[in-house]
Amino acid sequence: MEEYEMFGYYLDLALRSLKRNRVLTALMVLALALGIGATITTLTVLRLLSGDPLPQKSAQLFYPQVDPYPAGKPFSRSGQMPWLMSYVDAMNLLHAGKAQRQTALARSRVKVMPKTQEGKPFYADSVMTTADFFPMFDAPFQYGAGWSAADDDSRAQVAVIAGFLNDKLFGGANSVGRMIRIEDHDFRVIGVLKPWAPQPRFYGLHLGGRDYGNGEGVFMPLLGARADGIGPSMMMSYGPGASMEHLETSPSIWLGVWLELPDASAVSAYRLFLADYAQQQVALGRFQKSRTALSGLMQWLRNEHVVPDDARLQTGMAFGFLLICVVNTVGLLLAKCLRRSREIGVRRALGASRSAIFGQFMAEAAIVGVAGGALGLVFAELGLWGIRHQPAQYASLAHLNLPMFLFTFVVALAASLVAGLLPAWRACAVAPAPQLKAN
Amino acid sequence: MQIKPILAALRRHRLATLLIAMEIAFACAVLCNACFLVARRWTMIQINSGVDESSLAVLTVNGFEPSQAADVNARMLAGLRAIPGMQSATLISEVPFGPQTGAAGISPDAGGFKDLIGVVDFVMAGPGTYKALGLKLVEGHLPQPGDYQPATSFAPEDVQVLVTRALAEHAWPGESPLGKDFWCDKMHFRVMGVVDHFARAQPGQYEMQQGEWTVFTPVVPGGSLAGTYLLRGRPQDVQRVLQVARGAVQKIAPDVVLDQDNSRTLSDLRTKYFLTDRIMIGLLLGVVALMLGVTALGIVGLTSFWVAQRRKQIGIRRAIGATRGDILRYFQTENFLIVTFGIALGMLLAYVLNAVLMKFYELPHLPLYYLPMGALALWMLGQLAVLGPALRAAAVPPVVATRSV
Repeated sequence: MEEYEMFGYYLDLALRSLKRNRVLTALMVLALALGIGATITTLTVLRLLSGDPLPQKSAQLFYPQVDPYPAGKPFSRSGQMPWLMSYVDAMNLLHAGKAQRQTALARSRVKVMPKTQEGKPFYADSVMTTADFFPMFDAPFQYGAGWSAADDDSRAQVAVIAGFLNDKLFGGANSVGRMIRIEDHDFRVIGVLKPWAPQPRFYGLHLGGRDYGNGEGVFMPLLGARADGIGPSMMMSYGPGASMEHLETSPSIWLGVWLELPDASAVSAYRLFLADYAQQQVALGRFQKSRTALSGLMQWLRNEHVVPDDARLQTGMAFGFLLICVVNTVGLLLAKCLRRSREIGVRRALGASRSAIFGQFMAEAAIVGVAGGALGLVFAELGLWGIRHQPAQYASLAHLNLPMFLFTFVVALAASLVAGLLPAWRACAVAPAPQLKAN
Repeated sequence: MQIKPILAALRRHRLATLLIAMEIAFACAVLCNACFLVARRWTMIQINSGVDESSLAVLTVNGFEPSQAADVNARMLAGLRAIPGMQSATLISEVPFGPQTGAAGISPDAGGFKDLIGVVDFVMAGPGTYKALGLKLVEGHLPQPGDYQPATSFAPEDVQVLVTRALAEHAWPGESPLGKDFWCDKMHFRVMGVVDHFARAQPGQYEMQQGEWTVFTPVVPGGSLAGTYLLRGRPQDVQRVLQVARGAVQKIAPDVVLDQDNSRTLSDLRTKYFLTDRIMIGLLLGVVALMLGVTALGIVGLTSFWVAQRRKQIGIRRAIGATRGDILRYFQTENFLIVTFGIALGMLLAYVLNAVLMKFYELPHLPLYYLPMGALALWMLGQLAVLGPALRAAAVPPVVATRSV
């Protein structure tokens, strides 16, 4: 109880002291708030960009890579593994079925023709994939469901469409069983997704298209879409004779493969299987290199530097700025405390302990911190408003959330307390006698 | 001005002095590096595309089969050329600041990638496109009607081309590029002329000196050259002409899809292409301005307190004969010394920061001349910030010395 009273007393003293130098106090709060505002704005963007696209599942999702490139013509000079897989390798891994679930996919932009007379044809982003895609990535269905492995093998002409495309084409009604015309072929709608767009779109990396923003509109069975001649957005060849017409047999990589591996033992078992597979392919003469890679989802995003450089640079700049603001606050608090040496001397002579003086100055710093945090929050909201008007893919997603809101105050308080430590320590080190003797 | 007494005074305020010096040091490091980044982006934004951007627009349609290419081209060109105010409508594969369609590695020998000259942009262009672009020929001659070759996949098998001066100087330094041969896999190219400037589609994705590695390739329309049209009108008309053309596509060719994003004037494409760079420049300059402001505030605050603290000493100095100018100069010199100390520290920090940035981004070394420029800016900032408190100090009357408290 007594401690609580003392704290109240320090707060009262601090407020009085801050009021005495209004301009200076305002400057300290403003400087700190600018630093906090800049830091929180950029951190929100960075967190958004480097966030986990599937928090409940990402630990179980893995991306395998093999290297079919000839030794004399490597995929990259710096020794990177090829980003994608050839059709043959992808199908071999899928049919081996060594993981709990596995899927292969490619992205494509497809022409969609509305059924109505006045509707103009338009392009939609699409994914060509296999049955496990939906359960693996926890894609939520509004109507209907995904297709089965049997549909994959029979090259079924079915499609799952996104909610926004369902609104556009069918006015949001349950469209399961209706037909949709894609690239001049009829597909039967078997499912409609709820709004779903993992940020970043981890599964689409290096497959062409955007990494952030709205999700794809159409999902089709890979073999069925290929039977209609729909081609992928991204294709890289590693040998002579590669062509867009014969992707299945030509030396080209164009598919991303994902695996669901529930635990560490499954991961190590798959690593062995993948290494064996590469060795086999070397023995068969298909590969010249037996190296393989198996990355977890978050590791894969880090490896491929998904977060834009500009966002990192902005965050670094903001922290540099915050540092300067903190140093500035230290200077100003120190100046104030040195000026009040006599007051401190009197209080010490009247029996205040060193810790009491220390507490008083820290309370002052804390008030500056909380005020700076509150004002910084306003600046952060302003900054994020500015970000939302940027042309970047992720712009519309930049919002302050509760953890960031709390984090703002923690950062502000921590910054101001760190800034207050040195002045407070100097203040409580003041010896009472000389101060009283002067004058 | 005597420096010794100032140093002695500063020694008594070591902590506060060190804090200002540190603030100056951080400011110096950030200032130099931020200005360097701004200057690099600014140079990029200023890139000379070599074409008459204000008179040009591009219109892209897709969604047709390769077999329909010639038919779509014929209908589109006829329809577009009928639009009032349209000076020309011709075929092109890519324009500066639009999507990149034809980048490939070239080498001085057939089928070999061992001595790669570099990755260049091949701009496939139909008859009339050279004139419409407004490129400037500096050497050699222009493609004649017979020089246009058909292309089915990527580029013609064997064709004479124009290259930019930037590419010519890189590929054949000190030699005349005219008549020189180069290959892209099995495709053979021979240089017939050199143009002054011609930016590639996405210059920002390459190193700065590679932004103009462009090959102007004369190609017969049809085959792979279809669907992208270069429109030219008078600068005041071009926006309207494009608007009309966009609306007319549905009527001219109901079976194709207009690419909304990539049918714009070249000025629009340029603005859109560099928008993020502009925002980044604004952000960097904003942070630098705020940081300098905060640093100045810190100097004002600390010096004000020093002045208040030393009122009595100032009064005594005035009483024993120091002029107002002496007091003013005392604080100015004091500030100069602290800032100089900060700058010395800051130059080291600037290089450390540059090294860190170089590790994470593709950046060259910080040019040395940024350091004296940063130092000058901070000296000026320090002097400006200290002026107010120093003038207040100079205004302290000598009579203060005789008062107690």
